[in-house]
Amino acid sequence: MAMLDSPRIVSSRAQYADSYTLTRYLETGGYVALRKALTMFPEAVAAEVDAASLLGRGGAGFPAGRKWSMLRKAPVSYLVVNGDESEPATFKDHFLVERDPHQLVEGVIIAAYALQVSQAFIYLRGEFALGLERVQQAVNDAYSEGALGSKIFGSDFSIDLVVHPGAGAYICGEETALIEGLEGKRGFPRIKPPFFPAVTGLYGEPTVVNNVETMSNLPWIVNNGGAAFAALGVGRSTGTRLFALAGRVNNPGVYEIEMVKNTFRDLIYDPALGGGVIGGRAVKAIIPGGVSAPWFGPDLLDLPMGQDEVGEKGSMLGSGSVVVLDETSCVVRAAWRITKFFSRESCGQCTPCREGSGWIERAMYRLEHGGGRMEDMDLLLDLCDNIAPGLSWPPQQTTICVLGSSIPSSVHSAISMFPDDFKAHVLHGGCPHD
Amino acid sequence: MSHFQPDIRHRAEELIALYPRARSAMLPLLHLAQEQDGYLSEAGIEEVASLTGTTSADVRGTAAFYDMYHLEPVGKYVVGVCTNIACLLAGGEEFLEHASQKLDCAVGSTSSDGLFTLEETECLADCDKAPCVQVNHRYVRTTTPETFDTLVDDLREGKLDHDVPSHGTLIRVRRNGGLRAARQEIVDQRARSSAARAQRAEEAK
Repeated sequence: MAMLDSPRIVSSRAQYADSYTLTRYLETGGYVALRKALTMFPEAVAAEVDAASLLGRGGAGFPAGRKWSMLRKAPVSYLVVNGDESEPATFKDHFLVERDPHQLVEGVIIAAYALQVSQAFIYLRGEFALGLERVQQAVNDAYSEGALGSKIFGSDFSIDLVVHPGAGAYICGEETALIEGLEGKRGFPRIKPPFFPAVTGLYGEPTVVNNVETMSNLPWIVNNGGAAFAALGVGRSTGTRLFALAGRVNNPGVYEIEMVKNTFRDLIYDPALGGGVIGGRAVKAIIPGGVSAPWFGPDLLDLPMGQDEVGEKGSMLGSGSVVVLDETSCVVRAAWRITKFFSRESCGQCTPCREGSGWIERAMYRLEHGGGRMEDMDLLLDLCDNIAPGLSWPPQQTTICVLGSSIPSSVHSAISMFPDDFKAHVLHGGCPHD
Repeated sequence: MSHFQPDIRHRAEELIALYPRARSAMLPLLHLAQEQDGYLSEAGIEEVASLTGTTSADVRGTAAFYDMYHLEPVGKYVVGVCTNIACLLAGGEEFLEHASQKLDCAVGSTSSDGLFTLEETECLADCDKAPCVQVNHRYVRTTTPETFDTLVDDLREGKLDHDVPSHGTLIRVRRNGGLRAARQEIVDQRARSSAARAQRAEEAK
């Protein structure tokens, strides 16, 4: 049975048609948390986030408090919010920026106060035209209310917030590429080390980059305390999380559920959540955590949805997406399409990623569309091994950023889980599902 | 002589003032250039170069990296159909083929009347309403061939002009002013906060 009695931390207003307006926001407790935070020492606000042990909700799952602690001593610094949500089948940040932009803005101001940062940027995906308009409106409203600008709410703290539109590039979700985009350049990820923008970020200054959902959790954490947040979930996976469920299910959508307390089966089958597989068919595979993640078979449906639980089984919760493939779905076509995506989105800096993604895509294309050979499976695994040597999890990296090492996940999963499907494609001279 | 119309030029200058460095305004300025011309014209690129203190080659090189910028003229409506994983599982490829027939243009090209450009896109983050279609980056939520056909007819007749502005117009909500936190205030604030921190550290000893 699914556990659905946890509080709605970030999606509490989604039930209202006017959830994005200032009026609704103020009626439902908006800006109470910020006023409270401004009466606390900045370090005390940061300490609550530390106590919440809030893991970053963007994909890597790095503790937000630890990211912040790297910044605190810097003289000039910036806060940048990553709203460039582009991981295929991930749509939780889209939900948050359109449905509750004020909550995001309040979270950003709280974070800026805790970090004593006076200029913050929200980098939003360019394709979110409506989201950009709603967040800009929320920022305008916050200025009018005195929550942004000079000496906010009569305190000594001043802050400016700028909404920055992206322009269509998956790679800009990588935090150093995002910073390049914010500097007005091509979205090329930066060479590491330094590993963290908190050391060298925007204009070479210390910068904290946090995800939209991470920021949206802050008003609740300030209102209720970090301990109340940490009391939810199990182990390192605290609080609730938004999961974006897509694919062959009856009720795809964004669901906020408590971390670890629910399994993939709960999410997919509970009537209040996914409502089961379309047509009552069987699950063939699930892709947890975005298309960069290795797949799971139906044998792992009862795995609890927590960061470490999923990590131990060789995949990741990643971006909070779950895609369901049913018994009629073609796994070869799915893996080919995912590879085509990576091939299109590779920024081109590193050879293994730029060339490897294209080679894999072409081999997968011929398997799916006719012309595939039995030896292609070994060829594909060899190509994958050249990008991420050893094909282990977490993957070895041969490239500047993790886009490269994400390419093998789907192809490796599909070949190792469903070799017979690949053979059937070769023998049939194309996709038997067509 | 500015290529930008006075209002666009004014908005461009407002945008530049928001960033610590002019070049940071590159992406929003390119959106503005596209709003005026419908695509990135040579003159638009040159204007962005002079506004950001870069060269037109640099601007073009940057713009070419990003999918939303068009270096050649496109239709009034750019129709994007997603075929990535969630949409693939919901018949996105077949939907794209239908769109191509309805609009009478190949994927990646513009209809002969110059009204529609059809694109195959990557994931648009609206996967619970698959297959996902955007027109000028507005979600139109037409998931069946029939509703798509109605949408196209409505666009042709101008019935959706309010919801779907011409290609290039991205953000219609204008920022209500520039930066408000005074520079000196920020410097003072930082000095106060580090002094307070030092004092608390002293007290804690």
